[in-house]
Amino acid sequence: MIKRVIVLLFLLGLGLLFIAFMQGYTPDSELNLTGRYYAEHTAQDIGATNIVTAIIVTYRGLDTIGEVTVLFLTAAIVGMLLSRGNRKGKSLQRELPQSGELLTTGSYLLVPLILLLGAYVFINGHLTPGGGFQGGAIVASAILLMLLTDPLRHFSHQLIAIVESISGLLFVIIGVLGLFYAGGFLDNRILPTGELGSLFSAGAIPVIYSLIGLKVGAEFSSMLVNLSETEDS
Amino acid sequence: MVQIAMATGFILILMGLYGALTNHNILRIIVSFSVANTGVNIILVAVGYMHGRTAPILNEAVPVAEAAARIIDPVPQALVLTAIVIGLGITTLMLAFAYKLYERKGTLDISKFSELKW
Repeated sequence: MIKRVIVLLFLLGLGLLFIAFMQGYTPDSELNLTGRYYAEHTAQDIGATNIVTAIIVTYRGLDTIGEVTVLFLTAAIVGMLLSRGNRKGKSLQRELPQSGELLTTGSYLLVPLILLLGAYVFINGHLTPGGGFQGGAIVASAILLMLLTDPLRHFSHQLIAIVESISGLLFVIIGVLGLFYAGGFLDNRILPTGELGSLFSAGAIPVIYSLIGLKVGAEFSSMLVNLSETEDS
Repeated sequence: MVQIAMATGFILILMGLYGALTNHNILRIIVSFSVANTGVNIILVAVGYMHGRTAPILNEAVPVAEAAARIIDPVPQALVLTAIVIGLGITTLMLAFAYKLYERKGTLDISKFSELKW
């Protein structure tokens, strides 16, 4: 009882802080200095139409490497935690019920389409809303659908690991190429920036974002597969 | 508009924290943290919103020359994109640890885990 009162008091204090913050908040009517710089320079310098993509892949590309590394660490830790103990020897004791005609047939139709949409989203990351992370999540959702259809389906961990490491390695190599052939680490102008708004524009951004998409998709898939393989006993 | 989004975000944070502090089931605590995480993301996006402007994508609606006067702040959006991905990683880690704890003790009641209590 006393615990609940303390919790409520804490939340009340926090709520009062939030209310004070909201009352003191006035929305900007002009872009601030950083936002203005990005708005004015993205088209000429980067050649991407999606400014958020330009920030993530080029202006703050180093942070994105960090982000992808955090994701990789998460996938690796999940794999390490859940694959401990030889689970392969143990066979499933209980029979799983059939997943049903609707789900099975639906997944045959939908999985290729979802994969295609995922690839579209990360290849067009510099033109439309979306990008590597979103596309990777869409690709992983296709894997999730396949796992829902058949929870015992075996996915090759090795293939996932190879896709992930190769795309991560190429990402860093492209970044280093920027050091030699353009302005700095992860500079996208190692390839021509092209015409604003066309698919082959914005220099290396489509390449980098596709690699990020593959890497993120592989990482999410490995998390899903690892979590699903705990389904035993 | 901004006020509504912000109020929603703050309420979600408070709801999530309340759930995380009062629930005993670890899975419910994880769900509560996800709710609080969503609230933070909504607030961050709301801070970057400016009335009467459009998304930071240059197309027919936003000519390059007028970009600075037409778009909302792209920086919070880039931040939130990162925050969502990291939030997903944290949720996965919490789930994996919850599975490990369940394997060890056969229960998900957090009050049964008293090894680190003093």
